Amino acid sequence: MEALKSKAQELLAAGTVKVVIGYGKGTGENRRPIFVRTAERVADLVVDTACTQNLATYLTKAEIRTLGRMAIVAVPSTLRSILQLAAEKQLREENILALAIIDGAVRELATFDAIEEAVATVPDAMGEADQKMIDKLTAMSVSERRAFWAGELGRCVKCYACRSSCPMCYCERCTMDCNRPQWIPVASHALGNLEYHMVRAMHLAGRCVQCGTCGTACPVGIPVHLLTFFAEQTVRRQFGQKGGASAKLDYAMSTFKPDDKETFIR
Amino acid sequence: MSERYTIPEASVGYLLQELAKSGRRVLGPKVVAGRIEITNIKSFADVVKHGQSVVSAKGVVFPKVERLLRYRFEGGKNIALDDVEPQAHPTVLFGLRPCEARAFHALDVVFNWDSKDKFFNARMANTTVIALSCTQADESCFCTSLGSRPDDPQGSDILLSPLNAGGFVAEVVTEKGKALVALANDAFQPLSGQADVVPPATVAAAFDAKDLQQKLAAQFDSALWAEQSLRCVGCGACAFVCPTCVCFDIQDEADTKQGQRLRAWDSCGMRIFTLHASGHNPRDKQSQRWRQRVYHKFAYYPERLGTLGCVGCGKCSRACPVDMNLKQHLAQAAKSATLG
Repeated sequence: MEALKSKAQELLAAGTVKVVIGYGKGTGENRRPIFVRTAERVADLVVDTACTQNLATYLTKAEIRTLGRMAIVAVPSTLRSILQLAAEKQLREENILALAIIDGAVRELATFDAIEEAVATVPDAMGEADQKMIDKLTAMSVSERRAFWAGELGRCVKCYACRSSCPMCYCERCTMDCNRPQWIPVASHALGNLEYHMVRAMHLAGRCVQCGTCGTACPVGIPVHLLTFFAEQTVRRQFGQKGGASAKLDYAMSTFKPDDKETFIR
Repeated sequence: MSERYTIPEASVGYLLQELAKSGRRVLGPKVVAGRIEITNIKSFADVVKHGQSVVSAKGVVFPKVERLLRYRFEGGKNIALDDVEPQAHPTVLFGLRPCEARAFHALDVVFNWDSKDKFFNARMANTTVIALSCTQADESCFCTSLGSRPDDPQGSDILLSPLNAGGFVAEVVTEKGKALVALANDAFQPLSGQADVVPPATVAAAFDAKDLQQKLAAQFDSALWAEQSLRCVGCGACAFVCPTCVCFDIQDEADTKQGQRLRAWDSCGMRIFTLHASGHNPRDKQSQRWRQRVYHKFAYYPERLGTLGCVGCGKCSRACPVDMNLKQHLAQAAKSATLG
């Protein structure tokens, strides 16, 4: 933690960055995102195992971008988000500096190549509990699975905390908010909820970095991250390509290759 | 003047039974999948005695989606309109926190401000609240900063406060409350004099709501709102768990033959909330949306409707994915008269 603070201090004092996006103490034992802009506030930074939220969601927010060059305290999923955002042309290398927390040590990563190298050394398997749940869901019959999700999504109030917390949900105008034509029912009834979560999962297929922040964000505890995890896993299996692995990858779901293994597409 | 009774713990089950027998549905805070929900209560053991439900009980009188009317296209310019009558099943909210009981008033002043909302009113008329005084609170609670307290009977039809020796004092506040007592007279024993109740939860006042309202008058252009809202991600979790947030969206769902008009919860925290058809957005920045949330509840409500648009339950703070703690933010606003 001291290493992070002294690094942040140095960067802000030298004017190398204008803001350090990091974690601070929140309500009770919570950690909350903080935006350190002066050397005096560096002491507010906290790094511990409770810092799990993926802060990359702030990298595309206009209010944060206008602050100037950003340093971001990055857990491995944050690093993957940076690469995915870069691949989607949402970040400029010169505007961002990652302060990677890997195995408790702080590493300053200034280029996408450096981030890619660091990410390649970190295992990116989902947590055991999530894998178990996906296996359980996969083993279910279609009607069992439908009943499971109808129950879970029945609690959804469409607050969009999942969408707002997701670093990859950066669209200025989301399909959900489009009313001419209205593709998806706005209201939080059974169909509206189901269509929203299905569309979001499909849109994250091949782009999800498996941080799980959407699931943590859900106030009513719907494991929405399992939907995007499953979609991501499917793309990995089918196309051998991981969301957030590189800043240079084309998006698997919108790329045609002449040697595609499916014959119908050729 | 309210009437006071004692009710032994063993008789609470009988009361719940009698309520159900009378055809009322009985809802209350219960643990479902590890979180507290307002849902069907069968026995007193179901009722969670401490802690707040994630989502408020507001949906009982103002559901997250409700149909207002239906229409059918009958050829040419003929459109048949079908009014929808409100589904207002007689309901008892049992074991609600006193702050949530007070929240219905903040909904009422909006739904009866100019036009009288028949859906809300039909449901409200059929809803009776038996609240339970809080003997525990957490860091997000701030009822005492708003001139209330954890054992405030205001808004409840009956308020139960636990006795040290077991059982409860039942303070019957309204006619609706009396009607419930009449259904299970045997459970209630008249009380005169003092009762040895469990002390209510200690909730230290973090600010004074009147003082805050005065400070807000001069802080509209303060830099505070941008500072506080930097971490806000602009979702609607705060508004959708809130017992007093009343904003709604009207949506038509139609095909070429028929359609329906729906009312659905909405949130001022979302960018699209004030987006004009022209593309202009008067609240284009998250700081403007956050300021609106604070001002609506703590300046505009008291000015225009004579009541606060908040009861200090803290549900928004607990539900926020980025830990926007309303109590802390309001205390900061009440303190910083000169910032910005």
